[in-house]
Amino acid sequence: MAFEFQRLTVLRAGRRVLEEITATIPAAGITVVAGPSGAGKTTLLRLCNRLEIPDEGTVSYRGRPMDELDPLTLRRRVGMVFQRPTPFPGSVADNLAVAHPEATTGELSTALTRVALDSGLLGQDARSLSGGELQRMCLARTLVTRPETLLLDEPTSALDARPKQVFENTARDLAGQGITIIWVTHDDAQAARVADRIYQLREGHLARAAEGTGP
Amino acid sequence: MNDTVSWLGLAVSLLLVAVAAGISWWQRLGLQRQIIIAAVRALAQLLLVGAALTLVISPGRSIWWSWLWVAAMIGYASSVARRRAPEVPHLLTLALASFGAAAVVTLGVLFGLHVFPLTGRTLVPIAGMMVGNSMTATVLAGRRLTDELRDKRDEVEARLALGQHSRQAATPYVRSALRAALTPQIETTKATGLVFLPGAMTGLILAGVAPLQAVLVQAVVMFLVLAATATTTAVIALGLVRRLFTQDHRLRYLPTPADH
Repeated sequence: MAFEFQRLTVLRAGRRVLEEITATIPAAGITVVAGPSGAGKTTLLRLCNRLEIPDEGTVSYRGRPMDELDPLTLRRRVGMVFQRPTPFPGSVADNLAVAHPEATTGELSTALTRVALDSGLLGQDARSLSGGELQRMCLARTLVTRPETLLLDEPTSALDARPKQVFENTARDLAGQGITIIWVTHDDAQAARVADRIYQLREGHLARAAEGTGP
Repeated sequence: MNDTVSWLGLAVSLLLVAVAAGISWWQRLGLQRQIIIAAVRALAQLLLVGAALTLVISPGRSIWWSWLWVAAMIGYASSVARRRAPEVPHLLTLALASFGAAAVVTLGVLFGLHVFPLTGRTLVPIAGMMVGNSMTATVLAGRRLTDELRDKRDEVEARLALGQHSRQAATPYVRSALRAALTPQIETTKATGLVFLPGAMTGLILAGVAPLQAVLVQAVVMFLVLAATATTTAVIALGLVRRLFTQDHRLRYLPTPADH
């Protein structure tokens, strides 16, 4: 089991963003959390990376309560890719090196190759990449920490059909390599394409909806 | 020229205030009343401070009165900093710590190494220079760092999500804030003597001190201000990072200036 949520509640400005969620997320394959905007999907992912903590309830990762885990180590084990690409100033290599300053050029090249980017991009200014390349660079940057789990927060919401497909294929490949993926999306068609299983988050409640069809 | 300004001289200098008010009246700026109030208020404040200083640093008076004056200055400057940038969390305590640290560093060097003799007559004005000249940079550093961390929250959290320590994640924004706060002082220091004659030196020359001696005092004051600015801004920035992130390396909610 990757994550276990016990009576998880998150309040924001008096509103219950998540309400008494009790669920488990398996470690294998891609789990999609679908649901309308504002349903609390991003909040749920941020709890898994400990960028937020719940007001009530607990999150456990691989059998251990989050608050017993060192947050810095946890975040390297559980990487996160955000909805909007977040390039740092400098080249692609500079960006990847933020995750692992001692990484060799070979390791950085491998990270790019894993997300279907040319290793020749290493010296290029990160902010000159296209939207699709930028989002995959952010994924590569996360892979540099060698995570066992990836949290993807609507990573293709701003991409056109072709780069979206490349990103989905890349994520499937990574899942095939044994990385647990939790993918948040409000796109039902995408959920059906990539998911091994789908959870629906509506009005603060999480429920297992269906087995996905996968690619 | 006489070395001192008489009360008559002071009265005559009010003609200059009249010039400023006259320009406002001529150009219909509507600022005459404010100009006169500002001038009268400044004069009253200076006379009060002068009277208080006369008591505090008069010969034979214990130097503890001067230290008390310095502490009051630091307290007042910290409260002014807090009022100027209410959106910066914990600024009052951080400003107290930063002015305190700058006092230890600068006064420690100047008096500990006998650049100036430690008397009330030297302590109070030097501490005043230290606090007064570093306050703007202190507020700027605090405000800039808070703005950067709030406006670039996505970027900061992307760094945290990669497993960076909060101090490490904040480093680029701390550097940016410190550069922004220190650059004006560095530029001022560079232009000193060429573009403008600074106040302390002008005052000394007007008071009859030999220009070379005035230059030496001014140079020490410039270095004092540089060190004080660097110290206060660094303490503010590093202190803020400790306060703006949680122990488990999450960035706290940062209010915008409009929230205050």
